[in-house]
Amino acid sequence: MRCGDFKESYLEDEKIFQTWFVKFWLGLLLVCLLLFPLLADAYMLYIANIIGFAIIGAVGLNLLTGFTGQISLGHAAFVGVGGYATAILMTRLDLPFWVALPIAGLVTAGVGMVIGIPSLRVKGLYLVIATLAAQFILEYVFMHWESMTRGIRGINVPPPRIGGFVFDTERSFYFITLILVFLGVAFARNLVRTKWGRAFVAIRDRDLAAEIMGINLFRYKLAAFAVSSFYAGIAGGLWVAFMKIVTPEHFPFSLSIQYLAMVIVGGLGTVLGSIFGAVFMTLVPELLNVLTGATKYLFPGMDQLFIPLKEVIFGVLIVSFLIFEPHGLAEIWNRTKNFFTLWPFSY
Amino acid sequence: MQSTTPHNEFNPEQYQLSVQGLFLRFGGVNVLADVTTGVRKGEIFAIIGPNGAGKTCLLNCINRFYHPNQGRIFFEGHDITGLKAHDIAQLGIARTFQNVELFKGMTVLDNIKLGRHAHLDTGVLSAGFYFGKARRTELELRKEIEETIIDLLEIEHIRKKKVGTLPYGLQKRVELARALAMRPKVLLLDEPVTGMNLEETEDITRFILDIHDERDVTIILIEHDMGVVMDISDRVCVLDFGVKIAEGKPEEIRHSELVIKAYLGEKDLTYSRLGA
Repeated sequence: MRCGDFKESYLEDEKIFQTWFVKFWLGLLLVCLLLFPLLADAYMLYIANIIGFAIIGAVGLNLLTGFTGQISLGHAAFVGVGGYATAILMTRLDLPFWVALPIAGLVTAGVGMVIGIPSLRVKGLYLVIATLAAQFILEYVFMHWESMTRGIRGINVPPPRIGGFVFDTERSFYFITLILVFLGVAFARNLVRTKWGRAFVAIRDRDLAAEIMGINLFRYKLAAFAVSSFYAGIAGGLWVAFMKIVTPEHFPFSLSIQYLAMVIVGGLGTVLGSIFGAVFMTLVPELLNVLTGATKYLFPGMDQLFIPLKEVIFGVLIVSFLIFEPHGLAEIWNRTKNFFTLWPFSY
Repeated sequence: MQSTTPHNEFNPEQYQLSVQGLFLRFGGVNVLADVTTGVRKGEIFAIIGPNGAGKTCLLNCINRFYHPNQGRIFFEGHDITGLKAHDIAQLGIARTFQNVELFKGMTVLDNIKLGRHAHLDTGVLSAGFYFGKARRTELELRKEIEETIIDLLEIEHIRKKKVGTLPYGLQKRVELARALAMRPKVLLLDEPVTGMNLEETEDITRFILDIHDERDVTIILIEHDMGVVMDISDRVCVLDFGVKIAEGKPEEIRHSELVIKAYLGEKDLTYSRLGA
């Protein structure tokens, strides 16, 4: 009987999904995700799309903050740059969505690199302030560069289309989101197991030793900012095409905080953690909404109490996750997995 | 015994790695004052001296981690004084640190793989899709590390562990492994056996000798353990307060009066007259 997981080549040992068990369950998850739009209603699909955008954005921020250790409070602004770039490319240059989206990603990557320049000189809290400045400057630009962004009136964006098919419903857009989430997560997961990912983590853990190991700090910090902003740009572009409009108030400072919270609650420095964090931070408030909605019928007249309670519960949940598992949801997941590998015989 | 070489006689061609007239000042303090020395290809060269003599600073200057105020550094006939720290790694000058400077959140394997960084040229797209070149280089690297480095240093059992969880002795060994992955021509070892018991010291010394013999690496060693220094080094250089006070074969250094004075101090006549 085979009583363990033995590998016979380095290739097998370097794989991300190592056992048939894992592959089976992931396959099943993929099938469920593909069947989901057949069963879900428009509201659930709307939430699913929003979760998808959050995952792409959070994976990007995790590459920068979790892996490279450069804390950024300007992530929402980068999402905004991607959104506006997509909108402007689609409306002014009449580019199809499929061309505008990657270009918007590259534009955002460029902006991210410029914002990342101070990271060579400043670290930690000081960098937080530098990126915070970027957030407010970019927000100001969205608002006041009227000739380009049309200010607070915003830009109406046509939905993406292939031939005669228009992706203008939550259901059809879901498939675009799903594919891009899949690509984004796979890309990040692969990136972190090669030279690039190792360099990022090395910069986070000990930047001076990293330099002596031959890592060009300037280049790799900027690369981290570029990759992270590219993800933000894609998330922004998708968001805008989904909402069919872009206005400055879509990308407030609080969204930057929310992205940071996703990454921290999910688990810094793990791609899986960004997914958990994004799902948690998007889904839990919605679930609490549903719950408070239900309690309204059970305890009539108590709305005044339940609606503020929702925010409190959400806050308490985040704080307790941080206290009981500072390494995030991804670590809880790993521990659960390890528990069951030997279950029911723990030795 | 050759004393401090005068500048006009100094010829960098004769050495693989050398420093000439090196000055390093922090504020008003001369950390290194006019240090001129060099190591020949294939040597084991030890740098010794009391605490604060400037030994680690000398290595940091070679790594371009500190910028000397004056003086030049030569490697294989080229002046490398103007290069950046990350360029030095690519030339083949590898380094371990006095206080272990590993990447604590990474596994042992990833730490060692990181050593090869400067020699990999995977593009970001190829890396992200783990396709073609990225995949091939990663697998080759893994194979080479497993079969030449991990096997040599006997750390198979910890390869998947996070470095931060390992005991000090093993961390030192992992750091040596990482330096080996840098494809070194010259290996700078900063106190490799400090804080180790006799057995661990013997292990590490054996590894150093193995590396030197099998991989044809020049070794520069800072160490306080005189047993190790005198046993394995071909030449020894002694620093005291940033000044080179002696250089030569171990047996010459052992009997040098200047060195004995630097380590033990002079017999103080005032106190001896008092009978203390």
